[in-house]
Formats: sequence, structure tokens, C-alpha cells
Amino acid sequence: MRLYVDNAKCSGCNACRVACSLNLFDESNPKKSALLVQPHFPIPGVYEVKVCTQCGECAAVCPDEAIKLNARGAWYVDFDQCSLCEACVPECPENVMFVKVELATAAWKCDLCGDCVDVCGTGALWISEKETAVA
Amino acid sequence: MNGYGGKILRVNLTTGKIAKEPTPVEVARDFIGGRGFGAYYLFKEVPQGADPLGPLNKLIISSGPMSGLMIPGAGKCDFTTKSPLTGGYASASMGGHFTAEMKYAGLDSIILEGISSKPVYLFIDIEKIELRDASEYWGQGTIEVEKQLKEKFGEEFQIAVIGPGGENAVSYACINHDFGRQAGRGGVGAVMGIKKVKAIVIHGTNSIPVADTKTYRQAGKALYKACKDASFLAEWTRYGTTVVTSWCDEVGALPTRNFSAGSFEDGKNLYGPVMREKIVITDKGCFGCPSPCGKYSRSKKYDSYVEGPEYETIGLLGSNLGISDIEAVAQANLLADDAGIDTISAGNAIGWAMECYEKGILTREDTDGLDLHFGNIEATFELLGKISRKEGLGALLAEGVKKASQKIGKGTEKFAIHVKGMEQSGYATHNATAMLLAYMTCDVGAHHNRSWAITYDIQVGRDLVVPEKVARVIWLQNFRPMFDVLGGCRLQWVELGIDRELYITALDAITGIHRSWDDYEKVGERIWNLTRMFWVRENAGFDRSWDMPSPRFYEEAPESGATKGQITKIEDVHRLLDMYYEQRGWSNEGLPTSDRLVELNLAELVA
Repeated sequence: MRLYVDNAKCSGCNACRVACSLNLFDESNPKKSALLVQPHFPIPGVYEVKVCTQCGECAAVCPDEAIKLNARGAWYVDFDQCSLCEACVPECPENVMFVKVELATAAWKCDLCGDCVDVCGTGALWISEKETAVA
Repeated sequence: MNGYGGKILRVNLTTGKIAKEPTPVEVARDFIGGRGFGAYYLFKEVPQGADPLGPLNKLIISSGPMSGLMIPGAGKCDFTTKSPLTGGYASASMGGHFTAEMKYAGLDSIILEGISSKPVYLFIDIEKIELRDASEYWGQGTIEVEKQLKEKFGEEFQIAVIGPGGENAVSYACINHDFGRQAGRGGVGAVMGIKKVKAIVIHGTNSIPVADTKTYRQAGKALYKACKDASFLAEWTRYGTTVVTSWCDEVGALPTRNFSAGSFEDGKNLYGPVMREKIVITDKGCFGCPSPCGKYSRSKKYDSYVEGPEYETIGLLGSNLGISDIEAVAQANLLADDAGIDTISAGNAIGWAMECYEKGILTREDTDGLDLHFGNIEATFELLGKISRKEGLGALLAEGVKKASQKIGKGTEKFAIHVKGMEQSGYATHNATAMLLAYMTCDVGAHHNRSWAITYDIQVGRDLVVPEKVARVIWLQNFRPMFDVLGGCRLQWVELGIDRELYITALDAITGIHRSWDDYEKVGERIWNLTRMFWVRENAGFDRSWDMPSPRFYEEAPESGATKGQITKIEDVHRLLDMYYEQRGWSNEGLPTSDRLVELNLAELVA
């Protein structure tokens, strides 16, 4: 299972990012979310969303073994074990592995909670085994 | 304070002094935020008689307690000032992502005071707040400047920017954001321009404090679920506000040739499905919106990209000018946006000029050689530029139709379509009495969004002049603007039919204070009366004559279309006002009574 995105359906509202920060930190703050919404305006006028593919590259390099599998089969950061070494960040092919020491005391990433999907009004995000299962 | 950024930022452009103060608890209690904060600070701090384009006027930019949170449509920002267009109260609402960013930067309001001696932009990155030199951006269009500032600071920074229209203090200059969102009405961009503030750049990383995170999160999700379950979601999202274009044409509400009619014989070419198929490439939403009305378009004919056109722009720069090419409307939209002028007022000004030209009152000598027959696309493009530069005929039209028609005279005042000096937005109100009254009594002039009553007119009988209609208009005026007060969007309630009690659960959890809609509507009524008192204070002799609509709606019945031969009689116009004043608790001349002001806890403020 993983999160998928159809960029053509994204309208750039960022509701997904607020929902994500609420799940990860109990806070309302898109700068503390595990998705990236990148607007490309005025030309060509499209949004590009970066999401975690659960590839596990981050977990593979974590020296503290702080990135673990949860019951949903997703890699998540055990905040108590993270030492903020940032080894994971450059390994992420989608740039959605985050360390921002000024904002949080641990690294963070998508744990596949699904809240972003719940608040996406345009059906741009969905969780499934295969990409073809578009919502 | 839960639900708030917590600070008011004051920037004195004359002295360069920048200071923050805590958001006053009692102001939050009585005026909530957003438009309420704007009205409060405007009335309290801008001295009576201040020149709208002088150093004593202020531009008050406010978020609300919804802004930036997990609430559908939590992206509305209010811009309040004393209007250079009308001389009264102006409040313009802007969507996008600016208001959320204010909250993340810990700000509920930004108050711009004084006048800078040179072009500047205001840079805000949480605690780092500076006025920076903007000379390299001065003179450039809004789109290019926003692009440059985004490239300089990054996509996480939000930008509000004025164009040449604002720099040149066009009476209806707007403020632009997110490549297509505007604080459009009343000349807020002219006030920013006269202060020599080219742009505001803002970024924040604060989390917004919330009283009960668990309940707020559940309530927020329930709101999103309700939106997603709404049967109208798909159609609304596909067409946005242009979903009403065909309906307006059918019922005679589509402004046509300077509001001389409400149906356009070539209107079909402007309908939502035509636009969607021909030019729309992306649905573009404001912050937190599950039902994005923004349509981002590409015109192949003009090789251009623009957000829009939305319904109002289609009405005013399309049918109102006799233009039926949706790509031409999109291009006119782009030119107006880039120049930083309001498409609604500009469409009215050009429509008025075209009617003057067709009646022989303006000739080619007056129009700098332009052929201003209705339908002339190239002349429309040319005039938009001239208005923003205040060049030739554009200088006259830049003053708005009220002042322009007073200067030209010759009966042109009768077809200058405005109330209180603000040009009428996109609903022709021939024999649609609730919408007519809504425009007559709207707190900024002839604008639709406080009380969008046109559908109600058609439902209950468009020509009825009854107390129930008046009561509906008043209720809408008290309730709908509360979304602008709360820093969110009303359209999920309007278009998707979301149960408004769902908002109460969320808001209570956010602020930690229980308030019912009855309570919020009381705040709405307080603000409505306060802004009325601003008109009274700033305009000697203010009386019911200020609430009169354009004579076009009670003297000249349309000669074609769905409203052919239909009119509201002048005595019915006055009956509407009589009932309105009575239900508002105002005098027969439309002035709030002292008892009413005491009851609304306004006596001290307006004394």
C-alpha cells in the first residue's frame, strides 16, 4: 500500500498538508507535513505533488534504526529514536523526507495515515496497492 | 489566543517604524477578525475627513480565526480602507494562500499607515520584518513581479502585489495574489499604491494554537466529508462560478451592453461548458478548498495564461461590452489583472463609455481615435491599458462611472451603473427586487457578495415587494459576511449546501469559546451598523438618496431578452427602502438610531 497522486487533479489547496501536520504533530502547520505541493505558475499552470512511495530507502540508511514499519505497512519515524543525523534526507528520491531542526525534534515522513486523502476534495490523492486504482 | 496569530503588525511608511502589538481580546470578542477587525480599526483610527489617498488613511489587512486551519475554504483575507472610489467604507475579500501565511507568521492584521517616500515592499518572515527597496519592481505588471519575487524567495512565500493601476491610483485598482486572486473592489490597490507599497511578501512557520485539537480535527474532517459527499461538488468544481452564466442569461440577470438588458443574444458562447472545453487547463483552489472555483485557462488565440475568467468578469468584460468570444474575455481578464485593476468596475466604465459613444456623446475625438462600439475587442484591450496608465479617455474612466458621468453630464449619469459610486457587479437587476435591494444597501456600494439574493428572487417571484424579501436580504447581509470575518469562504455553504452547524463545532473547538450562529449573526449586524456609521460620518448629508440604484432599473425597461419590458417602479424602490430601514431599526433616511447603536454595543465607538 502507498499513497498515489494525480497531479492533474490537484488544485493546490494544501488541505492535505494541514491534515498531515495534524496527524504527525497534532499541529496545524503545512510546513510540518510530509507532502510537497509545488505550484508551477504562471506557466505552465499546473501543480506537482510529491508524496512518499514507501520505497524504504530512508530506513535502509538510518543509523539509529528509527524508521520502522507500522501496521499499515508504511515506514514511519519513531521520534524518540531519531537523532536528527539527516542521513535519510538525501536518500529520498521524492524529497519528502524532512529534517527541520527549527520546527521539530525529530525527522518526519508519511506514515500512510490517510488523512490527506480524506480532505482532498478533487480526488487527487488515494491509497492503494497499485496506481491504477484511481479514486 | 486560540485560533489567532496573536499579533497586530503596524507598519508606518512615513517613519519606517514597524511594531507589533498583541491582538486585543475584547476586539476579538466583539469583531472576531477579518472584515470585523478591518471595520473596527478603520472607524477607530482613520480620522474623520481623511483623504483616501492621503497619509491618514490606512490599509488594514486581516485574517480570521478559520484562516490557515483544516476548515474548507479557510483562505479568505480581508482588505479594508477608506475607499478612493466611493469616499466610504471599502472591504475587499481575497482568496488564495496569503491569509493562511499571515497566521503562520503569527499575524491577525497588518495595518499600513502613512506614505513612503520611495517604492518599497514589505518583507515578513516571522520575526524578520523589513521595508525593502522596490524601485526595480515599480512600473511592472503584477504577474511578472509576483513571478520574480517567488523566484527570489521561494514558493513557500506568499505575495500580494499591485500593478500600474495601483501605482497610478486608479480609483478601482486591486491587489493581486497567487497569479489570479484579487482583493478587487473599492480601490484598495490605489491606497496601497499611493503608500508606495508595491508588494507584501510573507512567510511563516508557526503552528496555529487551537483549544481542543482532537475535536477540531474531527469537526474539520466532518466538514470535508460533507463537502465531498455533496451532490453538486463535481459540477461546481468543473465550472466554478461560471456555472451560473447560462442561468443568468436565461432569467435576464446577465449584464448586457451596459446593463441595458439581462440576456445576451450571443451569450451561449460564454457559458461554462464552452469555456471549460475551450480554455480551462487546471482547477485552482484557495487555501484548504475542497471545491475549487478557480479555473486556470490558456488561450491559444492570444498565447496567454490567466486564472479565470470567473462569472463576474465574463459578465462585465464579456456580455456587458457586447463581447461573445470567451478567449477575448480571458485576454481582457489577463490585461486587467496584470495592470492591477478591478474587472468589474473596469467593465462598467468601458460599458458606460461604449454607450456614450453609441449615443454620440463621446466621439472619436474624445476616445483618442478608438471606435467604441459595443463588441470592439481591440478597443477594450486598449482602454484597459489606458485606464491603468490614466491616459487620455482612460484618465476619465479611472475615476469610476459616477465621477466620470458627472464630468461629462448630458444625461450620462442615468446610465452610470453604480450605487454610492461603486460600479454594479454581475447581476442585472431589472425587476429582481431582492437583488436590487441587496445592491442598494450593500455596505461598499453595488456589490453582490454580501447578499446574493438573485436566486431567491426567481424562487419566490421576482417582482414581489414584501417584508419577507427584505428580511431575507437583511439576514444574508448579517450572515454571509461572517465568513469574511472568520477568514473563510462562504461558497461551501452557498453552493454545496453544507450544514452550517458543522462550522460551529469546529470553531468552538478552535477558539475554546462557544458561540452560536445567532451570536455570530449579531456580530455581523454590529459590523453592518458600524460600517453604515462610517458612511454617515464621512459624507455630510448622507441620506436615503445614497441608497438609490441606477435609474436604469426603475426608468428604462430592457427592449430584449428575458426581462423585456420589465421594470421596478420607483414607488416600489422606495417601499423596499422603507421596509429595509424599519427592519434594520434605522431612521426613515437610513441612519442607525442611537437606540440601535446602544443595543449593538457600538455607542461608545461611534460617539
